[in-house]
Amino acid sequence: MGNSETFEEKTPFAKLLRVVQAFFVKHHYILSKIAMSIVTMLLTMVMIFFLLRMIPGDPVYQYAIGIQQQRRITFEEAYKVAVQMLHYDPNENILRAFLRYFSGLIQGDLGHSIIETNVSANSLIRTRLPWTLFLSSCALFISFFVGITVGGYVAQHRKGLANKAASVYIALSGSIPDYLMALLLVINLAYKYKLFPAQYNYDAFSVTPGFNLPFIRDVLWHGCLPILAYSLVNTGNWIMQMRGSCIGVLGEDYILAAKARGLSSRTIRSRYMKKNALLPLVTSLGMAFGGLFGGAVLMESIFNYPGLGLEISGRILSKDYMVVQGLIFFSGFMVILVNLLVEMIYPWIDPRVRRE
Amino acid sequence: MIKRITSNVQLTVGLMIMAMFVLVTFVGPIIFPYDPNPVVTEIYLPNSLAHPFGTDWMGRDVFRQMIGGAGSVFQIAFYAAVITVLVGSTLGILSGYAGGKIDKIIMAVTNIFLSVPAFPVYLVLASIMTLESPLAIAVVVSAWSWAGLCRAIRVQVLSLKERDFIQICKVMRMGTGHIIFKELMPNILSYIIINFVIAMRSAILASVGIMLVGLASYDPTNWGAIVSAARGRGLINPMNVRILLYPLTAIVIFQVAALLVVNGLDELLNPRLKVM
Repeated sequence: MGNSETFEEKTPFAKLLRVVQAFFVKHHYILSKIAMSIVTMLLTMVMIFFLLRMIPGDPVYQYAIGIQQQRRITFEEAYKVAVQMLHYDPNENILRAFLRYFSGLIQGDLGHSIIETNVSANSLIRTRLPWTLFLSSCALFISFFVGITVGGYVAQHRKGLANKAASVYIALSGSIPDYLMALLLVINLAYKYKLFPAQYNYDAFSVTPGFNLPFIRDVLWHGCLPILAYSLVNTGNWIMQMRGSCIGVLGEDYILAAKARGLSSRTIRSRYMKKNALLPLVTSLGMAFGGLFGGAVLMESIFNYPGLGLEISGRILSKDYMVVQGLIFFSGFMVILVNLLVEMIYPWIDPRVRRE
Repeated sequence: MIKRITSNVQLTVGLMIMAMFVLVTFVGPIIFPYDPNPVVTEIYLPNSLAHPFGTDWMGRDVFRQMIGGAGSVFQIAFYAAVITVLVGSTLGILSGYAGGKIDKIIMAVTNIFLSVPAFPVYLVLASIMTLESPLAIAVVVSAWSWAGLCRAIRVQVLSLKERDFIQICKVMRMGTGHIIFKELMPNILSYIIINFVIAMRSAILASVGIMLVGLASYDPTNWGAIVSAARGRGLINPMNVRILLYPLTAIVIFQVAALLVVNGLDELLNPRLKVM
């Protein structure tokens, strides 16, 4: 046995093969997840490509006419330029058209606007994504932390009034759509009582963008209402998830042991229950975070907030589909990427998964 | 069965509210026909006996508009729920029961639908298709919603498949059709019914959302179209705000009722939860 092993290691190729094999065996979990994500991304590309082909009219033709007028060249040349710029040619056969589209995406070029020059999906993501992420990640983390705090407390006091109130809140917030909450807040707090600004991300007349205190204060001021609307609607869901998870944990033996030792319910909650109950919520949090990158279309259009969601709905209304498909692909891509990251981090957070 | 339903408060209240909505949808337009012609002398009238919800910017009765639009709203919800449940449960059962390559392919496809955000795609579909009937909107709204249900049903089937009674059926060489429809179906039927109501809920929200953006408002009395039009008139004017609140309140009441039905059915049909 020992002899054959030393014999194999003498040839460098066999050694390399063994290292590679060991690598694959050791990281089987992560590698299969990565492979799955890549397949999903490819399939997403295929689907968006077919969605693009469903669109009536010829965006490339329109774009080529624009280029022809701008640069004063023949239409054939302009069409060639347009195809190269958009990475899309509806007149080619379907396989070559897809390869062209695919190569565009691989180069990181998500699509040019056919209506405005110098506007592309990439430039929109650069300018709009920070606003979307600012709003929605603030709201997500506020609702998550309020949700786990309330959920943990309510799970321990299931017979109390707090649990009943929480149940009513969960039912109501699950039934009120986020756009209705946004409309109600705009109507009451912005128009009726004039407490908060009703729209835009900052007041362009009174502050200058940059790293200065008035600007930051103004951005936070304008963010108040959207963040409030988001958080009010989403907190209920987190309370429900946390309560369910906590009730499961409360049945475990170590909670009973902690109670037997006479620890206060506050200590049990913070030291024993929360840590374990939070584990399944990490996955949901990751998924929710991944979903933020597409922007909240209705929310942003109600607050007229210049995020990705407002951009998507505006571009759909003006039929600028080459940009829209890029933005939709981007948000799908981010969902897949964040999910992959969560799955890779999870064994590190929860050692029980690692052992299996 | 009826006694069991009435003993469940949530389910009874929810079903009663939903029945009222159905009644209004079918009987309402006969008692309160809607006249879409503008009446110049009656613009922005406050609530009165003749106009319970007041009138809008063209002097039309908001109450009658809403009754007229209920049909369109619930037709969309019903069709969308039927499509979602049919596609989702068929693919879910197929994927879970068949396993192997079919399972992998179906799961890969559901993965796309679960990772690409739904609402922007609804908007794209709504703008490239001419939507002029409730069925067309229902198709758009259910195009993305079946994926989650498909996955959930697959998990249920996977766990049921390993249970003894299914294994025994296989040993006795019963037909696949018999196993799926006579053995599997009764066990996941409660789950499917609950998801039917959930699909109706989300279809209403999605269709109203699409109309709120300004797409697919083919029927001006659909509640989403009323909201969208009132919003287009400017929310600075409190009269428009008042018009917009009626359909939105109706939507929230329906949502709460549907949620009560879902929770009630869950308690009634899944006795395991009763332990908690």
